[in-house]
Amino acid sequence: MDDDQGLTAVAAARPAPGPRRRAAAVLHRRPRLRLTLLLSAPLAWLVPGYLGALAAIFLTAFWTTDTFTGEVVHQYTLANFQTLWDEPVYRTIALRSVGVAAAVTLIDMAIGLPMAFAMAKVVRPRRRPYLVVAVLAPLWAPYLVKAYAWRVMLAHGGLADEVLGPFGLSGPGYGLTATVLVLAYLWLPYMILPVYTGLERLPDSLLDASGDLGARPLRTLRAVVLPMVFPSLVAGSVFTFSLSLGDYITVKIVGGRTQLLGNVVYDNVGAANNLPFAAAVATIPVVVMLAYLAAARRTGALREL
Amino acid sequence: MTLSPAARAALRAVLVLGLAVIYVPLLVVLVNSVNADRAFGWPPTSFTGRWWAHAMDDAGARRAVLTSVKAGLGATAIALVLGTAAAFAVARHRFFGREAVSLAVVLPIALPGIVTGIALSNAFQVVLKPLGVGLGLFTVIAGHATFCVVTIYNNVLARLRRTGTSLEEASADLGADTFQTLRYVTFPALRSAMLAGGLLSFALSFDEIIVTTFTAGPGAQTLPIWIFGNLFRPNQAPVVNVLAAAMIVLSVIPIWIAQRLSSGARSPV
Repeated sequence: MDDDQGLTAVAAARPAPGPRRRAAAVLHRRPRLRLTLLLSAPLAWLVPGYLGALAAIFLTAFWTTDTFTGEVVHQYTLANFQTLWDEPVYRTIALRSVGVAAAVTLIDMAIGLPMAFAMAKVVRPRRRPYLVVAVLAPLWAPYLVKAYAWRVMLAHGGLADEVLGPFGLSGPGYGLTATVLVLAYLWLPYMILPVYTGLERLPDSLLDASGDLGARPLRTLRAVVLPMVFPSLVAGSVFTFSLSLGDYITVKIVGGRTQLLGNVVYDNVGAANNLPFAAAVATIPVVVMLAYLAAARRTGALREL
Repeated sequence: MTLSPAARAALRAVLVLGLAVIYVPLLVVLVNSVNADRAFGWPPTSFTGRWWAHAMDDAGARRAVLTSVKAGLGATAIALVLGTAAAFAVARHRFFGREAVSLAVVLPIALPGIVTGIALSNAFQVVLKPLGVGLGLFTVIAGHATFCVVTIYNNVLARLRRTGTSLEEASADLGADTFQTLRYVTFPALRSAMLAGGLLSFALSFDEIIVTTFTAGPGAQTLPIWIFGNLFRPNQAPVVNVLAAAMIVLSVIPIWIAQRLSSGARSPV
């Protein structure tokens, strides 16, 4: 009893904990409650607000629009997908969009790999951080401004014509070529940076060993460098491919009358007021991208992101 | 690998040429904003500050800049709360569906913008319209916040994983309660990560056009929407040039801050 009295005296000497202290104690004892509080806001926003919206739009793809009233008819049908499949124009546009995304990715690989290699293995190590900033900095310049800059340069009598003129050439003008060119320009840093990171991790000793064993530089490139940076190339391509596939602004700015999937979606939401069809068209890039990500995952590239 | 001097020179040349191509278009915009020739013929023959003065007076452009700043600040504020909370949950707790939370956060930026755009636009029309809320600044902020969460989430998550929990445990052992630890130990460690994420989030919002097109409605014109709308009007070209040039100049600020932040992060805490 004496012992107990001593303890009570100590406890009584302390001031009673305030409500804040009590709430803190409750939170400290109950990790599940902490977790619930942390997750409630983000999940309340993202699950109904975003995932719900996504689900709704894909559901809409199976509905149609009444041609007279413009109202959406809530009746399950595959008519939109049937149209997509049957109309040659949509097949052409879908293939063209995937082709543009693939061409942009290949161009960025062809330019990005030597640039990244020069950054990681040729220039003095002291200069590397500055080069990384130089590649990264233009990403902060607005997308629209960069596309607009190319519109100015590719204009009739613009810089492209001026530069190519002495060689008896002229700029590509606005069209499909210009679209591929500008998209490749826009997404190039997204290719250079992962490849540079991959190459930086590649030990120089491996390259030396390959050379000592008698491999010429091209053989070393093919047998040592490419297999080692392949995951980085794939990681970069996820960006270049996906960003190109959904784009419709660049093509409007420099593409002339070229139509890509994004334009079809945009026109069907706006002018044509046919949301179900727009939703059906929008599933194409999503399905292509999911297939691409599934393939990329098998190379182990997604861990590079 | 012993590269021949010629190969080294060639690789250097590709690097220099590549960087030149990256920067030339930006320079063209900067030069054109002071090009005295109204048709922007190239090369420019004389220079003027007239277009800059002209653009400052353009009421539409000024309103668009203001709308963009409001949208960026609003979206970043929401994204800071949601992204930090989600990062804490994923970094400090184990629970069923943890991977799914990461996916839900990344998805809005991973899917093509046009898909996010029509999905949100449709949801806003169905849910908000009956409540009397039309498309406007509010829906732009909500849309931007959705894809900005990932920038904060990634930055804060990386920082939480790197700092670990030992400092927080020490704080608790010394008698600090949960809130005191959060305020005096956890938050100071996270501040620069939140700032870096917030900066990226603001830049992302300021630059966004695709999702904005679908969620803005006629009332709320952000700067990219305004520029895009005036891009094809030759008589507005001087103002568009100046705004484009101004955006390039202003983009130096976040680069500078980001550099300061990353160099600060490397020094021992």
